[in-house]
Amino acid sequence: MMGLKNKKWRLGVPRALFYYYYGSWWETFFHHLGVEIVVSPATCREIMDLGVELAVAEACLPVKVYYGHAAWLAPRVDALFVPRLVSVEDKSYICPKLMGLPDMLRAALKPCPPIIDTTVDLARRREEGLQSAIKGMAKALGMGANRVVEAVAAAKARYREQIFTPDGLKENTARQKLTVGIIGHGYLLYDRYLGMDVPEKVARMGGKVVFPEHLTEGEVEEACRQLSKRLYWTLGQKIMGAALHFMDRDDIDGIIHLTAFGCGPDSLVGDLAERYARRRGKPFLLLTLDEHTGEAGLNTRIEAFMDMLYRRRTA
Amino acid sequence: MKVTFPHMGHLWVVLKTALEGIGLEVVVPPPCTRRTLELGVRHAPESACLPLKVNLGNFLEAKELGADTIVMAGGVGPCRIGYYAQVQREILRDIGCEYEMVVFEPPDVHFSEVLEKVKYLNRRPWQEGLRGVMLAWQKACALDYLEQRVQHLRPREAQPGRVDAVFQRALRELAAAASRREIKRIVRQAEREMATLPLHTGRTVLKIGIVGEIYTVLEPLVNLNIEKRLGTLGVEVVRGLFISRWINDNLFKGLLPLPSHDPAKTAPPFLNHFVGGHGWESVGDAVTFARHGCDGVIQLAPLTCMPEIVAHSVMPAVQEAGGVPVMTLYLDEQTGEAGLQTRLEAFVDMLYWKKKRDKERRSAGAWGYFLGVGRGS
Repeated sequence: MMGLKNKKWRLGVPRALFYYYYGSWWETFFHHLGVEIVVSPATCREIMDLGVELAVAEACLPVKVYYGHAAWLAPRVDALFVPRLVSVEDKSYICPKLMGLPDMLRAALKPCPPIIDTTVDLARRREEGLQSAIKGMAKALGMGANRVVEAVAAAKARYREQIFTPDGLKENTARQKLTVGIIGHGYLLYDRYLGMDVPEKVARMGGKVVFPEHLTEGEVEEACRQLSKRLYWTLGQKIMGAALHFMDRDDIDGIIHLTAFGCGPDSLVGDLAERYARRRGKPFLLLTLDEHTGEAGLNTRIEAFMDMLYRRRTA
Repeated sequence: MKVTFPHMGHLWVVLKTALEGIGLEVVVPPPCTRRTLELGVRHAPESACLPLKVNLGNFLEAKELGADTIVMAGGVGPCRIGYYAQVQREILRDIGCEYEMVVFEPPDVHFSEVLEKVKYLNRRPWQEGLRGVMLAWQKACALDYLEQRVQHLRPREAQPGRVDAVFQRALRELAAAASRREIKRIVRQAEREMATLPLHTGRTVLKIGIVGEIYTVLEPLVNLNIEKRLGTLGVEVVRGLFISRWINDNLFKGLLPLPSHDPAKTAPPFLNHFVGGHGWESVGDAVTFARHGCDGVIQLAPLTCMPEIVAHSVMPAVQEAGGVPVMTLYLDEQTGEAGLQTRLEAFVDMLYWKKKRDKERRSAGAWGYFLGVGRGS
């Protein structure tokens, strides 16, 4: 990789998984370092098929889609940016599959471009972990310290600005009576192909959609205090916190949990959320997506759920 | 208080001894059977991993025998096992099965929490309790030692099943043993009996390394007795996971001078970071087994196990670099005996022919070298 030091980099960033959380940070950071960023296009049939073919069958759908994005990028860039995300906050983890992602890709992609796999591990000492991750990224690209400080500042500013909402939900104002909380991983909710546009579907059937990202960190934490043990998955905590928060709110009529087949943490977190919802009498719909999920079946289930909510409302 | 705990292979012998050692009344759950599995599957989340389901079945069956307290281990991620207890508690609550749960979490938060729990359970003076725990540890070592002898003898004995019978009896005796002297006597006795078993002569014995998630590796119910099946097919099984080693690595933090996994050294460049569970060890062990002349490696994992999926994903690279065939088997409540047997037979057949071909090639190569032709030209 040293030989590429003075070259103008074309760095591939897959539009999947944590791109939906940190994409803006990464883009600004690399842009400031004078690195050309190539982000893969939005998930489509071609990309999903590429991934499904490459990944082991047992991997979860979002990881398969990530493989697809990486495979799409591989012939088009000098290197792939696949950070090894171990932990992004104190004493919490990201899913094991993300810890192994760079190695998994190296074993699957033939030929495989160089992979920048900086480890991001903030589980013990948050600040130190972040510093070393940033240093690692810059070093991999052969950049000096001065430019990095500047780039980090810019990236931070941009990251704070961006509050995550999927753009352009077409809400059906004629029938706007219900509020539905949709919980799930960001890379599922905001990837329109992978997530099968569920939020949009709900909105079109007359639901006002609320996402976990609409809640503050404090609200999530507050709600999670009901649990007997802290959830050690960053996103699991967010999903559970949102679920519990939505359950306690009278203005939310129902909760939809969108999950991907094979998602490990969701198999436990989702079950707990459903149990709590049942005990509290809050309508709860679990939608599990995989590469075989049919649009019609999904529509029917959402319609039935929405109808049920209307009936509860008017009853 | 009547305590129970989840099953995992022969772990019950160790746990029973330790818990009785500190003065508790212990209800060992009935041995895992299809019923255990079915009970667990009925109430557990569908896509949860298999150990959670079987453990739940254990708790429900132990309840029938009057248990009222569960002792189990927890964790702080990233693998799902750390949250088993919480999910199981809610499930048991929803189906009206009352249990108290004492969950031992790793002492990385506060060691005092662990001590509190031990204090809560302990019914005897410290010295006596400690003696019980030491006895449990000695039993774990004895069991693992004998099991390794069994793995060696299974493919070589002339009458399949004899060595297992010896082992089963030793297991029962060990469970009841009350002193170190007794343990030693049982081990010596079993060894003597094993030494007298009639052996095959001239059978080609293949060597297969078993790696994977600890529960599926150690629990015969869920792996459908894979080691015995392989033994009958003429395969000597080796593995890196043993209860004593697990206790040493996890509870004593590797303090005791036992051979231990060192995935940090063996797994790279295939897998460069821990991934929770035993994923890193699986890759590291596969590399170790390939280097030490195993003919093949079998990876066992519960379906949807996250760390093992990572390991599985990099296995093609291990296989390519080490020249050792790797087969991954996911196990769940749907796994059928006939299907597993067929896959094992096919894999063993393939290894057998590969070994034969490699041997022929080697000898042909040697002759070519001797005659001054071939090789390197």
